[in-house]
Amino acid sequence: MSGHDHHHHHDHEHDNHFTPIEARVKALESLMVEKGYVDPAALDAIIDTYETKIGPRNGARVVAKAWSDPAYAARLKADGTAAVAELGYGGRGGEHIVACFNTREEHNLIVCTLCSCYPWPVLGLPPVWYKSPPYRAKAVIDPRGTLADFGVTLPDGQRVRVWDSTAETRFIVIPMRPEGTEGWSEDELASIVSRDSMIGVGLPSPENRP
Amino acid sequence: MNSAHDLGGQMGFGPVVPEKDEPIFHADWEKKVLAINVAAGAMGAWTIDGIRHARESLPPAQYLSSSYYQIWLAALDKVLVEQGFLSKEELASGVAGSARREPKRVLKGEEVSTVLRRGFPYERETTVPARFKVGDKVRTIVMHPQHHTRLPRYARGKQGVIELVTGCHVFPDTGAHGAPETAQWLYTVVFTGPELWGRDADPTSSVSIEAWESYLEPA
Repeated sequence: MSGHDHHHHHDHEHDNHFTPIEARVKALESLMVEKGYVDPAALDAIIDTYETKIGPRNGARVVAKAWSDPAYAARLKADGTAAVAELGYGGRGGEHIVACFNTREEHNLIVCTLCSCYPWPVLGLPPVWYKSPPYRAKAVIDPRGTLADFGVTLPDGQRVRVWDSTAETRFIVIPMRPEGTEGWSEDELASIVSRDSMIGVGLPSPENRP
Repeated sequence: MNSAHDLGGQMGFGPVVPEKDEPIFHADWEKKVLAINVAAGAMGAWTIDGIRHARESLPPAQYLSSSYYQIWLAALDKVLVEQGFLSKEELASGVAGSARREPKRVLKGEEVSTVLRRGFPYERETTVPARFKVGDKVRTIVMHPQHHTRLPRYARGKQGVIELVTGCHVFPDTGAHGAPETAQWLYTVVFTGPELWGRDADPTSSVSIEAWESYLEPA
């Protein structure tokens, strides 16, 4: 780091200097508030929702219940939107939900090649890689190579099915329940269901139990 | 439109590199962009298809070199100016100076959880019967429109099978450009890997898209 840069950074600690994008967003926010288009309390509530209330733990509860309750699994397969609503989940960014059940014959993988569609009510906000060109480009043309980027190798004979989220339907993968989880409670089961396993780029493992 | 956003099957981006223990946000400004974006949607500044078009019509070099929240911010600025809520001068200066346009609504803090939970469903009532049924063979149309579409390039002119009749959903291609809302039957259409990608493709892979009825012809 040059002396000039050091001086510049030092100044940051004392002045309210923002990076260009911080300044731009500050300007937008203050304009939107000043003109009465947004309520600052609403901005705080939206941020709080996605930081603390809506995230992949919701989806994990859906998966754990599907693993524990065959009748629930059947309802989830028949109408994903209604079945996740039974657990209180749904709404913005996941108005129409389809659950994609992995089987020994077929593994499911979710992508949005055109933008960043992702099942917000059950998985929260998408990770950066999900929204970025490498994943969006590769998942549809080379799904097994994409899985290899995550360290996942499917067994021989298991087909792979990619779901491109080109409409307002949102998809959640229901992984297969791993062996070695017999007798576990729904809470214990939910603890091993990773976000990645519900996108299809990971697999749940009993060794991940906290 | 055939722009940089239509990424399926493109090459040269390298492997997917997940970030270990990735935080929900990487900077406070990202939180604000998310929140303002959601609130602006509620105030009627954009429709989902209109804002998508604003994002995908960014210059390709800008699109590919921006983070997703940067893309959101650029599109939001553009739409707010186009819709007459803010002026370019205001965005540049940060000082309010233009007349206020009355929004459809202003989302209040206490309404957020209800509004997010309700969402904005896209299914519509129809009396028109669906043209296709589960199991039908279909072919996607070939088109290269200047306007917004949700039929990706890699899936144009391809033969597939209807797997699911989803319902009658808001049609994006016209709605993105301010036309009155219309709706069409929407289907899940499955294609084999070799149908999409040719003889070297993995024959044990398949890909589905969600396709509106006017994207499809009988095969």
